Amino acid sequence: MMSVPRTPGEESEPRPGAPRPCRTVLDAQGIARASKRMAHEIAERNPGCERLALVAIPAGGVPVAELLSEHLAEIAGRKIPLGVLDVTLYRDDVIGRGTRPVPQRTRMPFSAAGARVVLVEDVVFTGRTVRAAMDAVLDFGRPEVIQIASLVDRGHRELPIQVDFVGKNIPTARAERVELRRSAAGEYEVVVT
Amino acid sequence: MRHLLGIEDLSREEVVRLLDTAEAMLEISQREIKRVPTLRGRTVINLFLEPSTRTRVSFEIAAKRLSADAVNVSAAGSSLSKAETLADMARNLAAMNADVLVVRDRTAGVPQMLAERVRVPVINAGDGAHEHPTQGLLDAFTVRQALGGIEGRSIAIVGDIAHSRVARSDVHVFTKLGAEVRLAGPPTMIPVGIEQLGVKPCSSLDEALDGADVVCMLRIQQERLEGALFPGVREYARCWGLTRARLARARPDAIVLHPGPINRGVEIASDVADSEPSRILDQVTNGVAVRMAALYLLTGADS
Amino acid sequence: MSRLRILGARVLDPSRGVDERLALDIEDGRIAALEPSPVGPADQTLEVDGLWLVPGLVDLHTHLRDPGQEYKEDIESGTRAAAAGGYTRVCCMANTDPVNDSPAVTEFIQRRARQVAHVRVQVIAAATQGLRGEIMSEMASLAEAGAVAFSDDGHPIMDAGVMRRVLEYASGIDRTVISHCEDLRLRGSGVVHEGSHATCCGLPGAPAEAETVMVARDLELARLTGARLHIAHVSAARSVQMIAEAREAGVRVTAEVTPHHLALSDQEILGYDTNTKMAPPLRPARDREALLDGLAQGHLDCVATDHAPHALYEKDVEYSAAPFGIVGLETALPVLLELVRTERLGALQAIDVLSTRPARVLGLPAGTLEPGAPADLALIDPERIWKVDASALHSRSKNSPWLGRELQGRAVRTWVGGRLVHDLDEETRA
Repeated sequence: MMSVPRTPGEESEPRPGAPRPCRTVLDAQGIARASKRMAHEIAERNPGCERLALVAIPAGGVPVAELLSEHLAEIAGRKIPLGVLDVTLYRDDVIGRGTRPVPQRTRMPFSAAGARVVLVEDVVFTGRTVRAAMDAVLDFGRPEVIQIASLVDRGHRELPIQVDFVGKNIPTARAERVELRRSAAGEYEVVVT
Repeated sequence: MRHLLGIEDLSREEVVRLLDTAEAMLEISQREIKRVPTLRGRTVINLFLEPSTRTRVSFEIAAKRLSADAVNVSAAGSSLSKAETLADMARNLAAMNADVLVVRDRTAGVPQMLAERVRVPVINAGDGAHEHPTQGLLDAFTVRQALGGIEGRSIAIVGDIAHSRVARSDVHVFTKLGAEVRLAGPPTMIPVGIEQLGVKPCSSLDEALDGADVVCMLRIQQERLEGALFPGVREYARCWGLTRARLARARPDAIVLHPGPINRGVEIASDVADSEPSRILDQVTNGVAVRMAALYLLTGADS
Repeated sequence: MSRLRILGARVLDPSRGVDERLALDIEDGRIAALEPSPVGPADQTLEVDGLWLVPGLVDLHTHLRDPGQEYKEDIESGTRAAAAGGYTRVCCMANTDPVNDSPAVTEFIQRRARQVAHVRVQVIAAATQGLRGEIMSEMASLAEAGAVAFSDDGHPIMDAGVMRRVLEYASGIDRTVISHCEDLRLRGSGVVHEGSHATCCGLPGAPAEAETVMVARDLELARLTGARLHIAHVSAARSVQMIAEAREAGVRVTAEVTPHHLALSDQEILGYDTNTKMAPPLRPARDREALLDGLAQGHLDCVATDHAPHALYEKDVEYSAAPFGIVGLETALPVLLELVRTERLGALQAIDVLSTRPARVLGLPAGTLEPGAPADLALIDPERIWKVDASALHSRSKNSPWLGRELQGRAVRTWVGGRLVHDLDEETRA
């Protein structure tokens, strides 16, 4: 579903009660292409995929990491370790939000010590989630290096976090929401509302 | 959910939320670095007016795994009423600027009475014969872990039900989650009106064990002898003690729980306590996770 | 010799079956006239359109805590509370410090009452020395000093042999023994009624049989000795039944019930408010129903408050440790009026059980508005709504289960011997 493209950076305040306008910025094919390219970039930056490990930040980072894992497996000729790391308990903004969110499953089947860790997100925004994820990863051992891969970088950083491997840069207004979700047809897509 | 005073007041959703959160907390306890920064800078006061090492240590570990500072205040042997009034106690606690109070008392109602007088969340760590909610939750968690679910299961709780806060919390948590709960114990130890909680009183241990999925054995206390409640441990063990032979009446894959500490050879035979069906040690591990979940969820809704 | 006339009141005098609008004159501390229309001149007239004018209420069961525990209450504050509740005569129990088991203490109380009491005080002396239930007290000397009855209230006399002798001896000096019926062994560590609410709360309970077993025993002993027995604070359905049967069989038994047992049930204990803790405990609705029926049918003779003040810091502790007892002099009237509103009792009947019948139980010269009788009266506004809080209660202690709640009905004036001892309007103006 495509709607009239808007001038980038324009502040959009939807009328209260009106349904928020929604535009797809990455459809299923776009995601496939982007993740393939990102996988190649990761392999390039990490020669031979030696000691490479993917750590997905749930929930959105998981499908992205799975895609990357598939492509990297083809490139490297073997499976790359894949972990899922819930960062709810490391966030700095959980207090005062009202009801606490229930943390999701963490599965870290390998030690991060000496690993070349790639944190995988779907959307990087203020950078706070990634910062929490870095703290969490460090509790699993001292990695050789931490890199960040994200399907979407939408800007508006509040912390000095840079994304090493981006699927797509999407300029947005602060008030807008960007999310990875499944379409009616069951395919993944990234939409801005 | 502002306080955790008892499972009776919790909705089913709140119970499930606690258990789901405990799953994540259990994973942290299995890491090499068993710590997350979530409650960094917060102070948890363990106000144990009835002495207890196990529960207190469990709460202490739980607080520390969340990076909180745990402070133990005990008044072993002296009752609240000799020391100070509840209002004074509440004022003193407020002056210590705690973020969470964990309270245990030998008489019922104290955590609730304190919760009405302080401005911080209160967790009941056991009040008289009333409730021990974190025990009930960790028992439910252990059953869920072992059997995959609680709905539709048969759970037998055996022993001195009348004086047991663990029994009451277990009854509430298991009935709320859809299990059939059976109670068994000497007639002198079955409290009046217990059927109103939706449980099935059984007249013998065998009746309660018949086809049960879970067997919870309660500790029998020597002090009960004084109240002429039963003739002695020998007869108790004969009639109500869980042995291999009697356990055979339960389902083949049934599990055994006990809040601890166990009286070997009285309410539970050594070989049962140390064998496959026993989840007693899992209960201890899960206890820390459940208490972490409680501390985490209760410290959320503040400003 | 000033004559006060009260005009326009609905006069309720159970002693003579009177319930009509009458004019009442007071002169010289006595009721001078009671007529449909006023006769002759009056020096002062009080117009009270439709308010109820009744004989001053009589309480057979009050704890004034004086001597010894004046921090809870004393004769002055307790009788002030009584006056505010419409009471003109209270009988105080013996569990003071020192125990009232000697003529010296009885005389002290009476002397103190003469000095500071707002209403008439009658003394109930201990039945056994030190309330220990072993050796009987010097009942004859105590009676001579002024004791109107004997009771170990607060403590049951556990030894049946002792109870038998106490009844016999008291009978010899024509005095009633008031029994606190509670088997301590059956009660054990129970602090509430043993039922499903106690089970849910995790509080140790005592069955109703802790009371009924002793009621049965005392009724048998009363039958054996022919003595006058009055059973304090009846709370169980079975007790009412046994009392009715015994009375039928000729036993000289009378019985009282408290307002809180008529109004509240054991459901109140949920929440652990220690102002719901008293002995005997609040019981389930079916017991309350039996008490209401018993009172309406006369098996229970009268209402008595068992006014038991305790300091705030004593009650503000864990439920199991808190002392038993609640205050009741100022809430008895609205509670009974509520029963009239819900048609469990008639208006005249409510005043009867609060005033005339208690007086009759102990043979006290009270509970009547017959011309010539002492002018002990209460003027009641049955409609007045008021909030029960620390400032509204005159008692030094505020341990009431109604604290924070609104009640309807209040005494607006109380006279003892023609002297105004309570004036609500004056108070609220101040």
